[in-house]
Amino acid sequence: MSTTVTASPTPVRPVSVPRTYRFELVKLVSQWRIRLLVLACWILPGLFVAGVSAQNTLPSDTLFGRWMHATGWAGPLVMLGFAGTWALPLLTSVVAGDVFAAEDRLGTWRHLLVAVRSPRRIFVAKVLASLTVILLLVAGLACSSTVGGLASVGDQPLVGLDGHLLTPSDAGGRVLLAWVAALAPTLALAAIGLLGSVALGRSPTGLLLPPLVALGMQVAQMLPLPVAVRLALPGYAFLSWNGLFTAPAQLAPLLIGVTVSLAWAVLATVLAHLLFLRRDFTNLAYDGGGRRAFTVGVLPLAALTALTVALIAVATDSTGITQAKVQRSLATAFAHLYRLQTEQLHRPAVTEAQLRASAACTKSDGQAAQQGAGNDWRCVVTWHLPGVPVAGTAVYQLDVGSDGRFVADGDGPKEVNGYFLVRTSTGDAPNPLWQFDGNVALLDTTSKG
Amino acid sequence: MDALHAVRARGITKCFGDVVALDGVDLDVTRGQIHGLVGPNGAGKTTLLGLLLGLAVADGGELEILGVPVGRAFAAPDGVAGFVDGPGLYPSLTARQNLTALAELRGRQARTAGIDDVLDQVGLTDVADDRTRGFSLGMRQRLGLAAALLTRPRLLVLDEPSNGLDPAGKRHVHGVLNRLAADGTSVVLSSHRMDDLEALCSEVTILATGRVVFSGPLGKLAAESRELDYRVRTSDPEAARRLADGTDGIKIADDTGRQPRDADVLVVRAPVPALDALVARLVTSGVAVRELAPVVSPLEAAFLALTEDRETSR
Repeated sequence: MSTTVTASPTPVRPVSVPRTYRFELVKLVSQWRIRLLVLACWILPGLFVAGVSAQNTLPSDTLFGRWMHATGWAGPLVMLGFAGTWALPLLTSVVAGDVFAAEDRLGTWRHLLVAVRSPRRIFVAKVLASLTVILLLVAGLACSSTVGGLASVGDQPLVGLDGHLLTPSDAGGRVLLAWVAALAPTLALAAIGLLGSVALGRSPTGLLLPPLVALGMQVAQMLPLPVAVRLALPGYAFLSWNGLFTAPAQLAPLLIGVTVSLAWAVLATVLAHLLFLRRDFTNLAYDGGGRRAFTVGVLPLAALTALTVALIAVATDSTGITQAKVQRSLATAFAHLYRLQTEQLHRPAVTEAQLRASAACTKSDGQAAQQGAGNDWRCVVTWHLPGVPVAGTAVYQLDVGSDGRFVADGDGPKEVNGYFLVRTSTGDAPNPLWQFDGNVALLDTTSKG
Repeated sequence: MDALHAVRARGITKCFGDVVALDGVDLDVTRGQIHGLVGPNGAGKTTLLGLLLGLAVADGGELEILGVPVGRAFAAPDGVAGFVDGPGLYPSLTARQNLTALAELRGRQARTAGIDDVLDQVGLTDVADDRTRGFSLGMRQRLGLAAALLTRPRLLVLDEPSNGLDPAGKRHVHGVLNRLAADGTSVVLSSHRMDDLEALCSEVTILATGRVVFSGPLGKLAAESRELDYRVRTSDPEAARRLADGTDGIKIADDTGRQPRDADVLVVRAPVPALDALVARLVTSGVAVRELAPVVSPLEAAFLALTEDRETSR
């Protein structure tokens, strides 16, 4: 008996990738939950932003939330903050986390393989189709929230994270860039969803993988981890877009975050591809490859994280949150916002250079190390006005997060930063110096590399 | 290149870990023939059908499909269609949309792909625009067959196509398969329904524990079969019993317990010549023969004999 298999090529004509992609897209779009998601992403954010903008109480715990009355450009940024935390992980799980598992659930793998005749092309088409839907959903979130904000509040200048004013066109460009930057971690989550969907088959764990990973990343960002570890996690790119709204823009963390996310996206997709080509399509009860899925799926991503941590640690100066950085950030933001308050109150114009604002900050009343996150930072800001011999002072309590974002809460004097309203010639208006958001750059401005 | 055979397999082996699913299987399927694949559960039928559809690759042996040697790629040559373990349908799409998507996958326009025609052939025109989520097993089977027909196959591979079919559905499916065979399409189908196989197939292959225990025409199988049990319903059961008792080669076998006891029915075990003699004696004795039929079909008897022998020899 012969024990060899003829190796000559068979005249197999697989279906082209574009046709398979269209087939996959038809299947995805025919699902009610996908249609509902698309509809929700294109309608609800706009309604949400318009609704919140009409309220007296604003979501000031969300970045840019306190500016939603001031400009329509704050709406899409609030939505981006919310999307990075909840919406995008869930959307990617529903789409990418199910795109392979659905065939297991329906028992249609054999049908698909007989029809397409190429597992490789099926994989490519499924990846492209799920990415298309995810991009459509993200575009909906961005466009809808922008339209909602602009329609309800208007095309006004946006106050940046260091207090400087961005013109409407500049704000629009940066909002667009921020959403584009958020695509990178979204793609990373989508790739993790694909990997889970391939590796775990019909098991619901595959569907839950993107939210679980996103939750893990968020918890990690709240812990006092070294900066290199923080930046090496793909979820950091959901935060690092903040750097676009300072002057100058903090691009290094953003670029690192985007690069790390894309590296995760590529590696997880390649791993999913390898697992997919090795899976047993004849087993209808396939629920994943167990140990092989762990070895092929998890270990390389862990290795990538370790490598990234090492690279970032070597290539960057990452002193984290230091006293000097906190003082510099607070003083800069105060100076910019003081000018804004000056304009509101129709006082004589003054420049940041004339103000010569500085801050003196201590943590835990000087009893602990003067660095790191915490809500026990207390700062005294000092500034000067032309022709006034005495320097002004104002007190702030700072709550500094592990990711460098801080909320400065004014402690007086009342006429400067102690009350949430200021009395202008046209009536009461929000006091920009009372509470504001700021950002401490985790990386130093010069890199070693 | 073999112009006579749609499938030619020699010494095919396939293992899943330590389990030998196919062990040196030979298979010849003539073009334009409906070939049945029979065997007990776990005999390797689905594995063999999967190899024909390109869902798996043999570990050893030679396989030619439609005259083309099959390599190590997970794909069947053009002209092969069918399904194993039930058809793959997408429940969020209607029957027509399932077929349209499949036609467009093959680069054909929905309007010219003959979707209405194949739906009509399998008797699903009335539910063409219903989502397949609510389809019964029989309707799913018929739509799976329609999907396969859409590709105008030269080799159709079907796993248990009669599962869940009502008599009307069965008539549709049998009609379609016979027409296909008449037009030159080869059909390989597995089934546990012996009546289906006898009605459709010109040749059968019986598998047991991954090996071929019989392959050839149904007539040959019947000739190789041992004695069968027959039900004989007559106008005078007592007289019939006496006559059967006195006929050479006839054994009374009505105490087998296979059927509910019926006073008018006599069950005898006999070769065909002895049965002919019994019928002649009954008629000349004035006993009317109202029914004469095998208790189990020749194919089922052969299947049981061959597979039980195989199990016993293990």
